[in-house]
Amino acid sequence: MKPAEFSYTRAVTLSDALGSFASSTLGRVIAGGQSLGPMLNLRLAEPRELIDVSRLVELRHTRIEGDRLAIGACVTHAEIEDGKIPDVTVGLMPFVASGIAYRAVRNRGTIGGSIAHADPAADWLTTTIALDASLLLSGAAGQREVRVSDFVRGALDTAIGEGEIITYVLVPRLSSAACWGHAKYAKKPGDFAQSMAVAVVDPERRGARIVLGQRAEPPRLMCNTSELLAARGCAPPPPDLGAAIEADLTDAQIEVGDRSMHRAIVARAVQDLAA
Amino acid sequence: MADALKKDRPFVHEEWGDNILVDLKLEAGDLVAAKAAAVHVIERSFRMNRMHPLPLEGRACIANYDSRLDELIVYVANQLPVPLQIGLSQVLGISQRRLRVVAPDIGASFGLKTYLESETVCVAWAAMQLRRPIRWIQDRYESLVCDANCRDYHCKVVGHADASGRVLALECDVTVDSGAYSPWPWPAGIEGGLAIGNMQGCYDIRAFRGRAINVVSNKPAGQPFRGVARPLSCIGHELLMDGIADVVGIDPIEVRLRNFVTPAQMPYLSITKKTLDSGDYAAALKRAAQLIDLPAVRARQKKGEPDGKLIGVGFASFYEQTAYGTGPFGYSAWGIELVPGMEPAVARLTGDGELIIEVGSHSHGQGHETVFAQVANEVLGIDPREVSIRFGDTSVSPVGTGTYTSRSMVTTGGAVAEACELLKAPIIKISAHLLQCKAADVQIRDGRAHGPNGSVAFGEIGRAWYHHPEDLPADMGSGGLTVTAGYKPHDPGAFAYSAHAAVVSVDPQVGNVDVIDYAIVADCGTRVNPLLVEGQVIGGFSNGLGNALYEESTYDDMGQPTATTLADYTAPTAPSMPDVKLEFIETPSPFAMFGMKGIGENGAIGPPASIVNAVNDALRPIGASVSETPVTARRVREAIARAGMVKTS
Repeated sequence: MKPAEFSYTRAVTLSDALGSFASSTLGRVIAGGQSLGPMLNLRLAEPRELIDVSRLVELRHTRIEGDRLAIGACVTHAEIEDGKIPDVTVGLMPFVASGIAYRAVRNRGTIGGSIAHADPAADWLTTTIALDASLLLSGAAGQREVRVSDFVRGALDTAIGEGEIITYVLVPRLSSAACWGHAKYAKKPGDFAQSMAVAVVDPERRGARIVLGQRAEPPRLMCNTSELLAARGCAPPPPDLGAAIEADLTDAQIEVGDRSMHRAIVARAVQDLAA
Repeated sequence: MADALKKDRPFVHEEWGDNILVDLKLEAGDLVAAKAAAVHVIERSFRMNRMHPLPLEGRACIANYDSRLDELIVYVANQLPVPLQIGLSQVLGISQRRLRVVAPDIGASFGLKTYLESETVCVAWAAMQLRRPIRWIQDRYESLVCDANCRDYHCKVVGHADASGRVLALECDVTVDSGAYSPWPWPAGIEGGLAIGNMQGCYDIRAFRGRAINVVSNKPAGQPFRGVARPLSCIGHELLMDGIADVVGIDPIEVRLRNFVTPAQMPYLSITKKTLDSGDYAAALKRAAQLIDLPAVRARQKKGEPDGKLIGVGFASFYEQTAYGTGPFGYSAWGIELVPGMEPAVARLTGDGELIIEVGSHSHGQGHETVFAQVANEVLGIDPREVSIRFGDTSVSPVGTGTYTSRSMVTTGGAVAEACELLKAPIIKISAHLLQCKAADVQIRDGRAHGPNGSVAFGEIGRAWYHHPEDLPADMGSGGLTVTAGYKPHDPGAFAYSAHAAVVSVDPQVGNVDVIDYAIVADCGTRVNPLLVEGQVIGGFSNGLGNALYEESTYDDMGQPTATTLADYTAPTAPSMPDVKLEFIETPSPFAMFGMKGIGENGAIGPPASIVNAVNDALRPIGASVSETPVTARRVREAIARAGMVKTS
């Protein structure tokens, strides 16, 4: 486990970081390093330069912006788990945070880093897509906003632009009538999910979004299932749930033999809504 | 593995003309008559996939040539420093006296760090050539890619039983993928030989046919790992027992009770020449069933789970041959180059009356420092805190073969007892003189020599021998207070045993298996240190749990390793461990000093069999079964899908 040689820059301000990043060749941003670290060691990533943003005060802020919570990209999973930042998701985000890997990983790993890394089975991708969250990206050309569901293009593949850094995760506030459901299967505690699903139903606002996360493709918004549930709110699942899930999975990239697992995980997330 | 046997396949070693490393056959009893008398014929096949022994730390080595001593010093993470010294001296062409091997704390081993690794040879050679220190430390990636692997078996067992479920004859065919080479000093044939040689288990079976073929492949060498082939034997006879129970329509416990060797039959010479020396297999199994509250589990199973999960119960009864003898039924039957004989111990009483014991077997987590001091206390009454146990350095250790096959407590422990016993003679001789009494009147207890009119501390005896010869008797011999002793274990060994009971919950949709209750009832004879025994069994269980549910060294069709990090090689961690209910029966072995039997591997042998039986018990209502470890969620889903296809077609 020996990384290739790289230079290391600890950024002090965001403009610093953007400047270093823009001028670097084959540079990469590192925050908590919980995914990038092992990749460096295995030489799956060989950047020439690492720009460490983990101590940027700007990226550690969290604030309410109208109807949304803007979470600094360098807020850690542990801080979300522990309620160190406000929660606008009726408890979903702290719950999800508490199930990410191990506490040691959660102490360092950041929400922005996790989304930027875009492992398709990562907890935050599935969850933020179910919440219909967006990202604020900063680059030399200024800022832009993009929905997480548009940001993720494939496994470890995102729409991030040259020299851009995720600065905030923008999470819409759920109403008090909202409910959520969650189900996840990993080979052992702390592993990436083989299959996970998050269901968010908010009768007063955005309807329903049910998302399946797995290893073979980016998180999948289950449209038929979501539509079915939007009409019912947080009531127990309807009898035709199975058919809706099946319809949503018809064109999914699912390895042979994994279908029953994904079907069950989605159904359990839906059942968890009423629990 | 099956492909390797086909004639049109490329040969790993061209000159062989096939891929067969060893082909062992064993037949005993009147097979024809026994088969003819049978009413039921039950066949089961099982695949136990390749694993990595996965010690906490990888391998490491530092070598330095000391010009002044004209000696090569090799510090190495190896559990058998004495055999390593012998092998390394042969390969490097340097005599044993000029090669010192030191094995400090080695970061666990489980059998992995027992062979002469090419890296150690290279590092030692480079240090000799360059006359400067050379260090090599392996990382996890290198470990998972380059180390010897373990397991990788296929077995087919056929049981011929009478109407009551009594097994009259057993046939088994085992194939082992031994990788490309046989590691030194462990010939790969050990695996196949042990697998069939223990396939009859604790059962009274009088006709037997077994065959074991070790094939070579383009994978890393196969290396004995905690349990060594016995997990496969155990799965073989225990799948068979559950199969017979099914066919005859009796309970899985009842079928075992009908077939067990009974205490009245012991010592019992099995059809494969194992002397099952002592114990009560039925009592262990019944107690294990009580510990999991079998009636309550059966009731729960009948009722069904609200979340649709399936509950199953599985058992595994087995013996473990420990502390092998050196004779025809022990090590010399293995065809190994270093057949252990007298396992040695040197005991020295120091000038201040304390004890140093040097042994040839390494401790890499077993707690030898504690238990051998306890043995010294047992014999000499000396406070264990005044005893140092030294090992792991060939300049200190007498030439033993080391710690493996659950042998050290019995063999080295026996040697320590013998050495302490021998040390009594000079102690008595000197103390009788100091106490002005007859030697016959001296008693040794509490670390002192007691005469009719007083006592002397060991310190006074040491002082007399080393520093005040004027206080010694005139006819004092020359040997002094250092003695060497050896202990040769009984052939074929001391037979520990266990009953394991597993309760699992299977999620039929996701496929994952949770072990929700687990009980082990073990008998290793006299437990010298119950806490260390418990640690051995629970630690072994975690290896067995990995074997059963998690661990697999995977390769693609071209032989490229695909589990090269701990993200892909899934091993159980603390949260995966159930709270194992552990109890003991203590039946002293009639053939070992203090009635001790080994316990190092017991916990690792049973879990694959008990858990697979439990999973299959859970899947029985839907007509599915698994026949491969690790029992991953995917394999369970596939088994269920297959059963579904059978039903609808």
